[in-house]
Amino acid sequence: MEEFIQQLINGLAVGGIYALIALGYTMVYGVLKLINFAHGDLFTLGAYFGLTLLITMGIGDMVPGPLGIIIVAGMVMALVAIMGYLLERVAYRPLRNSDRLAAVVSALGASIFFQNAIMLVYGSDAQVYNLNVSAAEYSLPVAGINISASSIIMIGTSLLLMWGLYWFINRTRTGMAIRAVANDQAAAKLMGIDVNKIIALVFMIGPALGGVAGLTVGLCYGKIDYNMGWTYGLKAFTAAILGGIGNIPGAMLGGILLGVVESLGEAYISGAWKNAISFFVLILILLFRPTGLLGERVADKL
Amino acid sequence: MIALDQLKSTRNRKAYFALIGGIIALLAVCPLFLNNYWLLALNNIGLYSILALSLNIVLGQTGLFNMGHTAFYAVGAYTAAILNTNLDIPVLWLLPVSGLLAAVAALLVAWPVIRLRGDYLLIVTIALVEILCITLDNDIFGLTGGTNGIYGIDRPILFGIKIYKEWQFFYLIWGFLGITVILFSLLEKSRFGRALNYIKQDETAAEGSGISTASYKMMAFTFAAFWAGMAGTLFAAKMTTVSTGSFTFAESAMLFAIVILGGAGSIRGVLLATFVLIGLQTAFSDLKSFRLLVFGAAMVMMMLLRPQGILPPKPHRYKVDRYMSDLPEPAFSPKEQTTREVKGI
Repeated sequence: MEEFIQQLINGLAVGGIYALIALGYTMVYGVLKLINFAHGDLFTLGAYFGLTLLITMGIGDMVPGPLGIIIVAGMVMALVAIMGYLLERVAYRPLRNSDRLAAVVSALGASIFFQNAIMLVYGSDAQVYNLNVSAAEYSLPVAGINISASSIIMIGTSLLLMWGLYWFINRTRTGMAIRAVANDQAAAKLMGIDVNKIIALVFMIGPALGGVAGLTVGLCYGKIDYNMGWTYGLKAFTAAILGGIGNIPGAMLGGILLGVVESLGEAYISGAWKNAISFFVLILILLFRPTGLLGERVADKL
Repeated sequence: MIALDQLKSTRNRKAYFALIGGIIALLAVCPLFLNNYWLLALNNIGLYSILALSLNIVLGQTGLFNMGHTAFYAVGAYTAAILNTNLDIPVLWLLPVSGLLAAVAALLVAWPVIRLRGDYLLIVTIALVEILCITLDNDIFGLTGGTNGIYGIDRPILFGIKIYKEWQFFYLIWGFLGITVILFSLLEKSRFGRALNYIKQDETAAEGSGISTASYKMMAFTFAAFWAGMAGTLFAAKMTTVSTGSFTFAESAMLFAIVILGGAGSIRGVLLATFVLIGLQTAFSDLKSFRLLVFGAAMVMMMLLRPQGILPPKPHRYKVDRYMSDLPEPAFSPKEQTTREVKGI
């Protein structure tokens, strides 16, 4: 039982990360019907920007403690948002009116570009987050179960950001505009919404969340890799579909669910098959409920 | 390249065929003066061309988003490897066997998922490659050799000649590619090919015209997998070793990009794109680190400059009077223009 709860908490922690990345996929898909294959690499970029700011530039030492990390998180968000904006501007916007597959290939190209750019700058070896204090050392005993500080950070960060996004999308005028563009671009344009601006905004919010997820992974797992974006990205995308692609609460639910299923599967079925379990879940979902858990029915073209 | 089209469509048909003939003749003699390095590059291009052309049937002609084509390539390669190393069956005899097994795998996979909308199919096929690679890496049934793969596959023997030199493989692979090109060109114009094109253009209309879209999609998927399985056998025979590293999702994505970059549905386009992309990759393999960076940027640039692909398929031409011979009175004199372009197909 104790091990079960431990695994559950691990699952929730990694699930929160998946959910944060999944939000970027699902928002972009919601407004553009495009699978942003480069999103996973923006996540990686967040982890590496965090590494540079926190350790190489020493912001972690200048402003010790949580405050320094929060400042770095803000900077990472801003930097990755700029990258997301540039990506949309350069690789996707010119293709918005052509065949959708052209945008998919452009996205794949951008992904290869980012991955290798990171590799060239930081090297192909895994990088270590060399903090003076490691989150892994601390833990909080609750009813006989040690909840590690890193789990708390991961769960806390993801819940906070998800709540923020949910509030932003549902309670602000800009959020309403995003929903309108996702619903019907032409109609939104007629209502006086600057569609280009909204799409650019979506390409900044999604990567910003993904970037923080990258930083969190770096902080909590301590090790980052230039091509980790693929695995995390694919899992997060699976999560987005699991919850119903284009649906923001769906991405949150899907991410957390996938994290838990994966973590329990790893513990109770087989560690070697960990990744296969997630993809198997994905196929099952698509077979029996292609619109995902919270997705709405999509009408076929007639 | 547009000039090439004009060559073919207007006066200079002869020049066009001379060009094609020239390319074929050049390929036929090039082992005489190319060293092994370039032959290796050409063999890579040849293998990828076979694969890309088979994917082209699914992705380019039918419009099914398959980003997991290497899964069937892998099934073919592993089938050949397992049967050859365990039962000592000559590797070329295994061509149809591994093709069939890949086709069966495709059938099993496609059965439930073929009706999914475009993007979902894309994701399922990606998941498929991942699952397959994990399965093979976990040494399933003790047959697949885990992450090390399988070693010691026999060299192929053709007409009593043991094929092991690079130039011998060149003729084997490019011969197979030649057959593929001819067969697929015929297929494209056949009733089957036209039905696939119709599904790509407008699935609802195709269904309405009495084309069973689901079964045609299945056939396209299965046939492409069959061909990829055979290509897998060639690969296994050439490398004498197989491991999952050659069949990753990245390879699948590369094939996907080749088909779209070449111009989905266009055999010439896919061949050209394979030549350019795989050729570039092999040619600049010395500049290892920068190569892929440039490669990624080039993929984006090419799409921005030509979103329809390098050589998009031309509109098909059909002889109209063949279908009008039953009419009591010709709508126009048969000596006038007798072909009509069907736009967009």
